[in-house]
Amino acid sequence: MAAHLSYGRVNLNILREAARKELREFLDKCAGSKAIVWDEYLTGPFGLIAQYSLLKEHEVEKMFTLKSGRLPSADVKNIIFFVRPRLELMDIIAENVFSEDKHHSSRDFHILFVPRRSMLCEQRLKEQGVLGSFINIDEYILDLIPYDGDLLSMEYESAFRECYLENDQTSLYHTAKGLMTLQALYGTIPQIYGKGDCARHVANMMLRMKREFAGTQNQILPVFDTLLLLDRNVDLLTPLATQLTYEGLIDEIYGINNGYVKLPPEKFAQKKQGEASKDLPTEPKKLQLNSAEELYAEIRDKNFNAVGAALSKKAKIISAAFEERHNAKTVGEIKQFVSQLPHMQAARTPCFPTLLKNEIQSLSNNSRQYPVSPVSASEAFFDNLTVEQEFMTGVDTDKVNTYIEDCIAQKDPLIKILRLVCMQSVCNNGLKQKVLDYYKREILQTYGYEHILTLNNLEKGGLLKPQTSSRNNYPTIRKTLKLWMEDANEQNPNDISYVYSGYAPLSIRLTQVLARPGWRSIEEVLKMLPGPHFEERQQLPSGLHKKRQQGENRTTLVFFLGGVTYAEIAALRFLSQMEDSGMEYIIATTKLVNGTTWIKSLMDRPESQTP
Amino acid sequence: MAFITANWNPLGEAFYRKTELYEMCWNLRDGLRDSLVAAAPYGGPIALLREPLRRSPSSRPQLEIYSASGVGIASFPLVVDSSCRRSKQEVVQTQVLEAKVFHSPYGTGVAIVTGSSRFTLATNIDDLKLRRLPEVPGLQGKPSCWVVLTQDRQTKVLLSNGLDLYIVDNTSCTAVVPPGLSPQAGSVVHMSVSFSYKYLALFTDSGHLWTGTSNLFTCLSVCLPVCLCIYQPLYLSLCLTRCRRPKSQQPSVVLMWDRLLLVAGVCNDTIQFPLEDPCVLIGELDGVRIISSTNQELLQEVPLVCQDIFKIASMAPGALLLEAHREYEKLSQKADEYLREIKEQSMLGEAVKQCVEAAGHEYDTNTQKSLMRAASFGKCFLTDFSPDQFVSTCRELRVLNSVRESSVGLPLTHAQFKQMTVQVLIDRLVYRQFYPLAIEICRYLKIPDYQGVSRVLKHWASCKVQQKDLSDEAIARAVCVKVGDSPGVSYSDIAARAYECGRTELAIKLLDFEARSGEQVPLLLKMKRSQLALSKAVESGDTDLVYTVVSYLKNEMNRGDFFMTLRNQPVALSLYRQFCKLQEQETLKDLYNQDDDHQELANYYVTASYKEKRLESRLSLLQSAVDEYNKAKNEFAAKATEDEMRLLRFQRKLDDEKGAGLLGLSLQVGTGVVLVLKSLAEKEEWEELEKFSKSKKSPIGYLAFVEVCMKCNNKYEAKKYVSKVTPEQKVKAHLAVSDLEGAADAAIERRNEAEMGAVLSRCSASDRLVIDRLNRARAGAAKK
Repeated sequence: MAAHLSYGRVNLNILREAARKELREFLDKCAGSKAIVWDEYLTGPFGLIAQYSLLKEHEVEKMFTLKSGRLPSADVKNIIFFVRPRLELMDIIAENVFSEDKHHSSRDFHILFVPRRSMLCEQRLKEQGVLGSFINIDEYILDLIPYDGDLLSMEYESAFRECYLENDQTSLYHTAKGLMTLQALYGTIPQIYGKGDCARHVANMMLRMKREFAGTQNQILPVFDTLLLLDRNVDLLTPLATQLTYEGLIDEIYGINNGYVKLPPEKFAQKKQGEASKDLPTEPKKLQLNSAEELYAEIRDKNFNAVGAALSKKAKIISAAFEERHNAKTVGEIKQFVSQLPHMQAARTPCFPTLLKNEIQSLSNNSRQYPVSPVSASEAFFDNLTVEQEFMTGVDTDKVNTYIEDCIAQKDPLIKILRLVCMQSVCNNGLKQKVLDYYKREILQTYGYEHILTLNNLEKGGLLKPQTSSRNNYPTIRKTLKLWMEDANEQNPNDISYVYSGYAPLSIRLTQVLARPGWRSIEEVLKMLPGPHFEERQQLPSGLHKKRQQGENRTTLVFFLGGVTYAEIAALRFLSQMEDSGMEYIIATTKLVNGTTWIKSLMDRPESQTP
Repeated sequence: MAFITANWNPLGEAFYRKTELYEMCWNLRDGLRDSLVAAAPYGGPIALLREPLRRSPSSRPQLEIYSASGVGIASFPLVVDSSCRRSKQEVVQTQVLEAKVFHSPYGTGVAIVTGSSRFTLATNIDDLKLRRLPEVPGLQGKPSCWVVLTQDRQTKVLLSNGLDLYIVDNTSCTAVVPPGLSPQAGSVVHMSVSFSYKYLALFTDSGHLWTGTSNLFTCLSVCLPVCLCIYQPLYLSLCLTRCRRPKSQQPSVVLMWDRLLLVAGVCNDTIQFPLEDPCVLIGELDGVRIISSTNQELLQEVPLVCQDIFKIASMAPGALLLEAHREYEKLSQKADEYLREIKEQSMLGEAVKQCVEAAGHEYDTNTQKSLMRAASFGKCFLTDFSPDQFVSTCRELRVLNSVRESSVGLPLTHAQFKQMTVQVLIDRLVYRQFYPLAIEICRYLKIPDYQGVSRVLKHWASCKVQQKDLSDEAIARAVCVKVGDSPGVSYSDIAARAYECGRTELAIKLLDFEARSGEQVPLLLKMKRSQLALSKAVESGDTDLVYTVVSYLKNEMNRGDFFMTLRNQPVALSLYRQFCKLQEQETLKDLYNQDDDHQELANYYVTASYKEKRLESRLSLLQSAVDEYNKAKNEFAAKATEDEMRLLRFQRKLDDEKGAGLLGLSLQVGTGVVLVLKSLAEKEEWEELEKFSKSKKSPIGYLAFVEVCMKCNNKYEAKKYVSKVTPEQKVKAHLAVSDLEGAADAAIERRNEAEMGAVLSRCSASDRLVIDRLNRARAGAAKK
């Protein structure tokens, strides 16, 4: 089921199993048939832990979405609310419980708080007069969810917004708790590095929690050598850029949510003529994307320009293997062939890698002939890319950009505009007041005044800012960290810059430099980036010090506070695979983001009451 | 050693022995005569109430508590706790005639019989729930004897009234006849139930002793142990041995008369011990403790394994091994002979086991030693023998010997120790305040800190904080030095204890040592140190905890103080803001106001304006936003908001005039006006459009006018607006109406290369003149 979690350097399946065990234990606490009422937000993250089959085994017969009013009728003994600890949800639950009493009386109510119980919420239930109606009030500590063999996510969407806009560090507390759970399972992490205010806060809490549990010595040999905590606001640029890895592009175009992508039904239309029309699927198809699919694992981190070649190479291998059946003579040979069949079939069926093939192909074809004249989606894509790359290389970042102007005039999606404007601001260390005001005015006039709140949020988050008297330090950062590589090799990359076709993500460069030669070499640049940088050591009990084998890689857990992109993950995987890096990376984050979802989480849209 | 069997007394197949436990340390002038004595099982302490009968009713009786060895532990006047009396009317009104304590699955229970001959019982004295049992027919006063039986989680009372026996349970009262007891035997005058509530002994006024199971289904024996003795025994106790006998466990009964102690087995056999002093018998798991004013003895059946080893001429492997070791110590070759004999039967393992087991049952340390040495000696000749039992018995014996010391006075047998577990033993030591010994034992037995040392320290500290003669400072220091950061010791628990004893300052000092700030919060709130509670909650990073304290403070303080408190805690303040955003919009405004956060206040008004249905209220909120933006020196936002207001008014006006329903269509500024323009242009109402352009300065500039006209292919109208556009848009406007020359002029005037390029790109070959002009201008610009 979740074998792909255990293939990596660190067996993340242990974490998943621990989470499943706890879930089962809770379900068994509520004896008899059950219906689960879901806080809709939780269904996605839970899908990564347990499928419906597990719930069914424990007598979960019905599932509903939490909404106000009456609960749907269901002939079950237990009603269990799976909710986040939020006051507004408590009010809905109270409403549910109240309206329930009149109709049935024999159903038992339970609440499972995810990821943590909250006194405030229980207080609210008490005020509403329903606290006594619950037989079990429990918490399900689900902080870090295993997402893939080398990837953990908290699926905490609002983390960045809460931390940087609202000064609400709830997500950081959960992060610290999650890291403590992780250390309980995988051993104390001896070294902690970090950059940024949130990183500092998390590290402080971790050290404090460790002190609080002093004495319960963790006797597990440490699996991780180093933890690197990185604030997202140390590197605001990377998520704004369009990701150019295969998986990153899928995320940019279709959006990957909780490990799943929803593809429009046309993609599955049979190419054959005649019979095709009748069994055309009408629902969007949901596909899970992870390393369980071997072919996908192979190409997902490639630059989109290299995907086509990789796929056709793969196709050739497969058909060659398929042809071998004619050559198989001995029983042994036939057996071996048959054993490979499922694998080949999987690669032949119209699964996602081939699905996006056409889009990718057209994109990569166009990229070679660029610039091209006919108006098309891919032209817009490449225009956009060109501007992004100009910004990243520091071309004309201090002037109003005509492409952005045109996009506004054409009323392109607002998020696209915001991404570009923010990017320009970040690459110029702030915009001249005049330029900034111009953009803002254009945006308000075209998209509506209400976006003044969103613009305000972006300024608060530092994505958009007026240039202060200090000079633009972005070029220094770019040069020192080699953020722009002129000769990025997309086909056979030799540097992480391939993931953005030239731009090497700042966050990953920091990670790379930390491993070798160390941050001391870039003190100057670190000072330019926001927040403190620090190093902490956690004492290991004697006897748990690793004796490293010759040539054995070290393992670093990189935690992105406020989100990480698929392209960044690809870059870290690339570093892990580099033969001479001597370092393997496991990635953890509050949420997997791209520029669009990230900006969206920072938007405020007051709902207008039409007069 | 040879005399080990000297105090063994045969009873049927078994032997009974009396072991002296202690010479009592107490000094009782009048012995135990005329005193009321009770003692707790498992070697527990003894309670003594002197001369209750001779006391004048006014004087308060003094209850004295002694350890099993007679060391005084406590002494206090007996005060009747009226709280439990109050709980039941009848109990209050009538006198309690007799009470008995019993063990139920729910805890320690107590049963009473009242003056109105009714039984009332509670199965757990810690959770006092009185239950009155049904009436017993014909019972006057208290019954001649009664016991409490607990079976299958049910508690019943067995009582004798005249010739009848009754069982009373929750619902009914049933007469019973024990099988095998003939009516001629007379009425039951004494009864006793075994430690495990499994067996029952009844003694009749004719001297018959009936023994059977406590459910009264089976009779084990009926005998006339002392047919001549017609006096009633003072005490009847069932002594049940715990050793693994091939046959079923056989209970024996201990009876005590004034000068005689008698053990009666089921086989009509008896052992008699003369008594010189008045004694008290305490039933134990595996024997009976006999307490007199001078000493204390344990009467028990000799465990089978001890019989095997020490019985005269025993050939049991254990006995041979003991002998072999004895010879070995004498350096005699007989040792080898004995050893050979055991080995020939391949019983050496068994022999070692027997010795180890027997050592556990022995009270005398020398006997223990010789048995353990023999076992150790035997072990040397075994290759594949698990040392676990040997090691654990060794350890446990050391512990037992140390608590049996007269100064501690816990005469536990090995079987009792196993039954009550080391956890409980430590608890007992802790209650007796033998902290060093308890810690020593925990360390010696390698009990994990959480269950061991830490628990002791916690107790010690809770006790320490009650020492009135020490200063807060001294206690806090002492606690910190001893407890340090032992795992599982919660400073907040200790502090809570100090607070309960009224030492708030000490509690606060102790809380400072608490590493888990979260733990400090509830107590701090309780002590009304809310500011401190808030900063500790913030420190913990647990936002839920912060919320909790904040909501507590909100209810406790007046608004002004509350806001001031928050102001000093930015983290709490921002969390409270979050809370208000969702729950209390009005408060949010006050918060921003207090902090003079004009920017946020303005944003607040903007958000609020969208919730308003009426245009006037919306405009007034936006006006407030403008004011606040101005105060925040955010000129841009102020202007943008003013524009928005102008637009809203404008749309309304248009709406009123034209009835176009524009306000309902959209309120987005840009598109709003564009919509107006579009609709006018589409209707070809050019005059209206011109009027519209002149009515007020367009909030979106005039380029849109140009574009909208061009869209309807009206170049003539479009040109009217070209002159009105801002300089930045001039080129664009000219281009829009395909006026290349105008565009070129504007671009050259503005010396804008990009614009010149834009114009150039629109030029075709026929526009030579314009191209030349532009190129010249560009070259000129380049030179400069």
